[in-house]
Amino acid sequence: MGTAPPPAVRPRRRSFAPYLLLGPAAVFMAVFFLWPMLQAVTLAFRDTAGELSLQSLRTMITDVNFWPALKDTLLLTLVIVPSQLVLALIMALLLMAGLRFSGVFLYAWAIPLGISDLASGIVWLAIFTQNGYVNSVLQAVGLGQITFLSYELPVTLFLVAVLAEAWRATAIVMVILVAGLQVIPKDYAEAAEVFGATAWQRLRYVTLPLLRPSLQVALILRTILAFQVFAVVIALAGRNLPVLAGEAYTWYGDNHNVGVAAGYSLLIMLFSLVNTGIYLRALRVQDEQARMV
Amino acid sequence: MATSSAAVQGVAIATPQRHAPNRWPLYVMAVVLTLFFILPIYLIAIAAISTPAEISAFPKALYPRQISLDTLLFFLRFPGVVPSMINSVAVALLTLVLSTTIGAPAGYGLARFVFRGRDAFKMLILITRAFPIAILAVPLAVSFINWNLYDTVLAVALVHTTLALPTTVLITSSIFLAVPYDLEEAAWTLGCTPIGAFTRVALPLAIPGIAAASIFTFVLSWNEVFAASILTVQNRTLPAQMLSTLSNSPLPYRFAGGFVLIVPSLVFIFLIRRYLLSMWGRVVK
Repeated sequence: MGTAPPPAVRPRRRSFAPYLLLGPAAVFMAVFFLWPMLQAVTLAFRDTAGELSLQSLRTMITDVNFWPALKDTLLLTLVIVPSQLVLALIMALLLMAGLRFSGVFLYAWAIPLGISDLASGIVWLAIFTQNGYVNSVLQAVGLGQITFLSYELPVTLFLVAVLAEAWRATAIVMVILVAGLQVIPKDYAEAAEVFGATAWQRLRYVTLPLLRPSLQVALILRTILAFQVFAVVIALAGRNLPVLAGEAYTWYGDNHNVGVAAGYSLLIMLFSLVNTGIYLRALRVQDEQARMV
Repeated sequence: MATSSAAVQGVAIATPQRHAPNRWPLYVMAVVLTLFFILPIYLIAIAAISTPAEISAFPKALYPRQISLDTLLFFLRFPGVVPSMINSVAVALLTLVLSTTIGAPAGYGLARFVFRGRDAFKMLILITRAFPIAILAVPLAVSFINWNLYDTVLAVALVHTTLALPTTVLITSSIFLAVPYDLEEAAWTLGCTPIGAFTRVALPLAIPGIAAASIFTFVLSWNEVFAASILTVQNRTLPAQMLSTLSNSPLPYRFAGGFVLIVPSLVFIFLIRRYLLSMWGRVVK
């Protein structure tokens, strides 16, 4: 607790105490969040001599890996986010169904919350690599080996990346949905049941609409993380499955070209901002609906 | 079904079904999901405790044929691994200290005061949560070079603090909201100074939650790869070190490294299992 503790004021009276308390956090976020955002723009729109130029962006777009990286990132997001949402919803509803050992299930399913994308990529590499566990099982039942993670089989490479992401990052969606389900009063579903609604109808017309705020937050956070997908793919495929964040890393680290790396950062930010815009709009709609109820 | 709630931590269970239909399909689904989440951890664990020869053998057994520390020792003796582990712990601890000293007072301020600019501050927090902060490491790298901070533990910790701060503020704010302000006021009437009321009354009640938030921050920093890889060259953290050596390292190195990355997370998730929902399940209001 570095800052001064609150002085003796009633919470609603004006004072400078909240500014002392919030000041450091606000300054910190301004320096390390707003400033680099501006910096990214200036880096991407300057050439190596510091002159205003589109050179970096041109280099980025004409690079052989640009369009594959863009396509793979968007495709991964498009496949991973909806499948995680459905899986997480099933998990959350199972946890709320009053099964025995629900606490054990919650803990087991939540374990990937603490696992990094790099570790997740390595774990699934161990399972799907040439001499890995899946091939060991296939060999034992007489089906022979399959080369899952190769440049020649982009579909299986893609699917293993999806599986690794589903394994690692479904838990965060599940936890958000469980927290949302817990604050929904049970009366609504019970009332619907009294009036003869089936389990599916209760889910579709009672629970899901009430869960919308949580669904939106979960979707937003997951989509933004999906745009940044990086280490999972590198661990599984190296650069055989190029993604935007991976290209930023390569252009910065291997090619020592900050401008192009900043261009990729800017592109990921742009996707995220559009995503956030949709999110804020959706929230506003939500508020109006809440007033109408 | 009356006993079902006994096994539960943190999940408020729905009312037991009165006309309980056949529920075994639900249990089958739950067990299948549990296997999906646990089995990969079991497999990487047995890879990490078998011999390097066993790792390249084929077909593999799904149980450890013989337990050996050779693979883990091979990983730990690899050049750069132990220093990078020390760096990782240093970065995570520094991140934890920074985000708590900066974030917890802000959380307390949000919980206790109504003031001009409150909504703007909350909006800033909300936007940063919905933003790819790690990506900002690229432009920050240039600033850090100018500030002579590049390739230091502090530089990585500053970015990790930016990542953790919004969540720290939100969590501490909700923790202090749960501590009644009346208690602090009662302490004043009994002769406490405001500082005394805060440190003797509010803080002790908030400590468990703040500790859980700190563990959350530690795990976040320990796991972060992208920013750490961009901002370091010599002073790598463990994930950054592994990432940069991954493509030309043998499988035993990768599997042991993957396991070493996972172990602290398993311990920490176990420690804060009661807070899982409030840590990660928080919906911004």
